Amino acid sequence: MSASGPFDTAIVGVGATPYYRRGGSAPQTITELAGKAILAACEDAGLSVRDIDGFAYYSGAGAGYGQSMDTATFMETLGIPEVTFSAALTSGGGGSAGSIGLARAAILAGDATVVVTVMALQQVKQRLGTVFGSVAPSPENSFLQPSGLVGPGHLMSVLARRHMHDYGTRREAFAEIALSSRENALTRPKAIMRTPLTLDDYFNARMIADPLCLFDFCLETEGAVAVLTTSAERARDLRRTPVGVVAAAHGGVREWGRAFAWYGMPDEYFASSGHAPIARRLYAKAGITPDDLDVALIYDHFTPMVLMQLEDYGFCKKGEGGPFVESGAIRYKGGSIPVNTHGGQLSEAYIIGMTHIVEGVEQIRGTAVNQVPDAKLALVTGGPATLPVSGLILGRMQ
Amino acid sequence: MTTLTTTLPPAGIQITTDAATEPFWQAAKENRLVAPRCADCGTFRLPPSPFCPTCQSQNVDWVTLSGRATVFSFSIVNGVPGQPELTLAAVVVDLPDAPGARLVSNVVDTDPAAVRIGTPLTVDFVEIAEGWKLPVFRIDSAAESAPLAGT
Repeated sequence: MSASGPFDTAIVGVGATPYYRRGGSAPQTITELAGKAILAACEDAGLSVRDIDGFAYYSGAGAGYGQSMDTATFMETLGIPEVTFSAALTSGGGGSAGSIGLARAAILAGDATVVVTVMALQQVKQRLGTVFGSVAPSPENSFLQPSGLVGPGHLMSVLARRHMHDYGTRREAFAEIALSSRENALTRPKAIMRTPLTLDDYFNARMIADPLCLFDFCLETEGAVAVLTTSAERARDLRRTPVGVVAAAHGGVREWGRAFAWYGMPDEYFASSGHAPIARRLYAKAGITPDDLDVALIYDHFTPMVLMQLEDYGFCKKGEGGPFVESGAIRYKGGSIPVNTHGGQLSEAYIIGMTHIVEGVEQIRGTAVNQVPDAKLALVTGGPATLPVSGLILGRMQ
Repeated sequence: MTTLTTTLPPAGIQITTDAATEPFWQAAKENRLVAPRCADCGTFRLPPSPFCPTCQSQNVDWVTLSGRATVFSFSIVNGVPGQPELTLAAVVVDLPDAPGARLVSNVVDTDPAAVRIGTPLTVDFVEIAEGWKLPVFRIDSAAESAPLAGT
């Protein structure tokens, strides 16, 4: 262990564009949005963009669906002289938190020294909410697409239904996740949704894919976020309080597999988030238990998946997520484990998991808008989806 | 008046096939619901894929199923882009004579409130684009009233 503490790598800079409603980021392009986020992260860290020598993406370096990011393009326009690592986790938003683990792996292998993780998202060409209704059918999704489950929320509503059946989970629990997130967003200058949400609003909302209503779905927003990771040793010399990468893990088990693109999960996995194996590995690597965490930034594309992650990460027992959240346990004010203090993707902005990493960094730095007092350990998760799913624990450097 | 459930507009439903999935769709054209069973270890798998996940064999017997199914879980989809008036009962079904394999489909021509986890179904086929047929399901009222029916 180095003198900088039990961490080998650290996040040293975060940067973001403003967040926009769907269509609002035009005429900027994906490259421009991502470039602005990267430059902002460099400014935050006190690094030059020329110091970047690694790119660690997720979602196959895709920028949402149908667009992509490219390392050479970034080098060309941002003036990055040489890259020694450029790789991406496979699949989609499940890898968001794990991309920091990919950055860490590059640094520990000696393949790069300053690694950027970036996501940019626009939804003009294709909105994410109904993405699966518009893609050309492959032989594989010919077994899914004709059903009319046209978007990820529609697909996950089937898991939510099973959870309600198996465990008696109520819509009130999903509502509480939406309401708690909204309350946290009210104080956030950058949040898209800054008007209070009531239980009446929730129960009067359109049932898009019953049992899920409008407020169970995350926002369809645009923008970009970048995160810089470097060695713990180098981190000590930079501008901001470094945030240690305590543990990172990605992957998952076959029983989860393609998840709601497949629906072949055995009963005990079906109404879950697929994160239980990630949780086990994270806690083992970090040498901690859920009780040690001060704040949880849980990927919230859809409210029931937050509930199922809370179970898989051991904040409550399997099947008890409903009563757990209904008790107020995830509230910033008065909760036992504040969840998505930034308002999450439900109420702040959806940048495919990156806002959760930013909030984790700010909580550990002690600079969050909704700061959890003396937060020492933060959990960040990637989206329950086709494997890999992922998780990240951030902590204070010694 | 209750809106009965449908499929997406059938003429707009497209599928594609590959070597592993083609027999499933060819059988559907003949109003037969089939599933691939590993010829070596007997494991069913859906969607059809090149290998048996249990023993990695590529040998397959295509078994014609009874067409009976039960609802494992479901969602009631209220409108899709361009078709706001549609009500779909999208279901994930267990197939009692292909244990371990599931299909994603629709329950058609029913009050959506009649669809429950455990509801017994029976297969039907709907003609879709390019001459293919899609397996869909109807509530099996005979099985539903039978004494052994249940979840």
